[in-house]
Amino acid sequence: MADATLAAAPLSNTREIARAIWAEKAKRARRAALLKHLFLIGCSLIMIYPLLWMVASSLKPNNQIFGDLSLWPSEFRWDNYTSGWNGMSVSFSTFFANSLFVTVLSVIGNVLSCSFAAYAFARLEFTGKNIWFALMMMTLMIPYHVVLIPQYLTFLNLGWVDTYLPLIVPQFLAGDAFFIFLMVQFFRQLPRELDEAAMIDGCSAFKIYWAIIMPLSIPAIATAAIFSFIWTWDDFLGPLVYLNDVKDYTVPLALRMFNSQDSVTQYGQMFAMSVLSILPIFVFFIIFQRLIIRGIAMSGLK
Amino acid sequence: MAGVTLSEVRKAYGGLEVIHGVDLEVTPGEFLVLVGPSGCGKSTLLRMIAGLEEITDGTIAIGDRIVNDVPASQRILSMVFQSYALYPHMSVRKNLAFGLTNLRMPRPEIERRVAEAARILQIGELMERKPRQLSGGQKQRVAIGRAIVREPQLFLFDEPLSNLDAELRVQMRVELANLYNRLGTTMIYVTHDQVEAMTMATRIAVLSKGNVEQVGTPYELYNFPRNRFVATFIGSPKMNMIDAVATSGTAAFDDLGALPIAAADGPVSIGVRPEQVAIGGEGELTAEGTVSLVEYLGSEIFVHVRLASGRTLLAKADGKAPHKLGDRLPVAIRRENLHLFDAAGLALPRAA
Repeated sequence: MADATLAAAPLSNTREIARAIWAEKAKRARRAALLKHLFLIGCSLIMIYPLLWMVASSLKPNNQIFGDLSLWPSEFRWDNYTSGWNGMSVSFSTFFANSLFVTVLSVIGNVLSCSFAAYAFARLEFTGKNIWFALMMMTLMIPYHVVLIPQYLTFLNLGWVDTYLPLIVPQFLAGDAFFIFLMVQFFRQLPRELDEAAMIDGCSAFKIYWAIIMPLSIPAIATAAIFSFIWTWDDFLGPLVYLNDVKDYTVPLALRMFNSQDSVTQYGQMFAMSVLSILPIFVFFIIFQRLIIRGIAMSGLK
Repeated sequence: MAGVTLSEVRKAYGGLEVIHGVDLEVTPGEFLVLVGPSGCGKSTLLRMIAGLEEITDGTIAIGDRIVNDVPASQRILSMVFQSYALYPHMSVRKNLAFGLTNLRMPRPEIERRVAEAARILQIGELMERKPRQLSGGQKQRVAIGRAIVREPQLFLFDEPLSNLDAELRVQMRVELANLYNRLGTTMIYVTHDQVEAMTMATRIAVLSKGNVEQVGTPYELYNFPRNRFVATFIGSPKMNMIDAVATSGTAAFDDLGALPIAAADGPVSIGVRPEQVAIGGEGELTAEGTVSLVEYLGSEIFVHVRLASGRTLLAKADGKAPHKLGDRLPVAIRRENLHLFDAAGLALPRAA
């Protein structure tokens, strides 16, 4: 119908017709944008509610936490943070230091060793390359809990139980097929002519990896680093199995200690420490996510 | 400056041989162009000289040193890639200096060479930029700069101009020719564009399906092609090819008449370049045909003349010539302009 009027309109009015079409289009776009935003805001509220609930609960007195669902505490109990920090026999400073130690070493180990393995799979020629790659991919399908017991026995025989070694050393042995796969895929899309130019420019295989491939793969490296950080920081089972001394506990284990059977659980303090425990992930994510974007822009490959 | 000698060079991938025993002598200071259709093995051959590709059999010598087992970085050569292959994360200056730094050259010497290359290629104001901030032509200059700072004994170019637009390609062609005149270093240049090959080369090697068909100066290849492949590959537009059968010293051509030739009985073919098909001129072979297409290029026109048998002859004429679609035209070919080939496609002597 609108088309009919437009078609019937005399062609001398082209400018007005254009304006009418434009106005109609703008109106439709505004309506669509409004609906889209309402929907997305609704979804994000649902997703962010548990997080806000945790932050709110960290400021409530114990008896209010499960009593009301409101996000605004009637009174602010800041001392949840201070008393929570020192609520255990060992202070949270130790737990955070332990977590940071394990996590930072794991991230470094993962990024280094997995990028080595990935470079080999992506660029070097060796016997049985495809078979090794397939084997590596198959390890992705084995659940962690299946290897847990044999792994525990191995580390027990090595005398590593009750140390950080079982949590850190495997990360330096390119143990995570997911990161290797991620990097192999990234390395493969870097033009081979860059390697060849570098070869003529006198680079060894290691120098090509270090001076050409790695700087161009910052987005993939940063992605691996972020995942590695989050997974290690959040890991509960690994530290639970291998660490026995409270002084060695990481943050997730320490949080669990609030939930004891022989005393009243201090939920406010637990949530306060939970809030603090996600801050490092948050900061790390912000920094490395910038690296991803800058890396993509810098390489000029996209 | 060094020559390159290829002896019986072969390359096979698995069981599939793609280079079938190439012998080629590149003299010091020569600009040799490897030209051929895609898939003829010209890039593979270049990459084998560069050391980026293993040699399956035969030897490659640079100067008087056999380099089969010498790694690319120690062959003292530079290579310019089709995609330029500039390091995206390094500035132009670092791109130029990277190879020299790897050689542990003293810093003042690196700076001198980089500055010299920047001056020659006029990229001085681009030195701090990243490759992504450069245009195609600028990237090409930087890639050439990266090649010349090493002061190699041999330059290798792998289709360096094919990513550029037509105008820039012509310009860079001139610049490369000037660079060659200035440096005088041996250059081996791979292209599929026979205009590039003809205009820049001291000598051209025409490759087809992993074999060298002919090596010679552009003049030799154009005027004395050794076989049908070279005859039709070199020259644009293509040479006209007409098949005939020779019987007792005479070849009879449909439409055009007969000609005494010095060939054994059997199928033969003649080739004649479009500029040597004279419209309305004189010659030993004559015919009349209808214009089926006229391609106007400004300075010249290409006239497609359909002969009685349905075969089309391509003739070049002056841009001002009045020929148009549907005209009846007489064409003539002089005997001395004919290229004669036997059944196997090899050139036969011209004189009958």
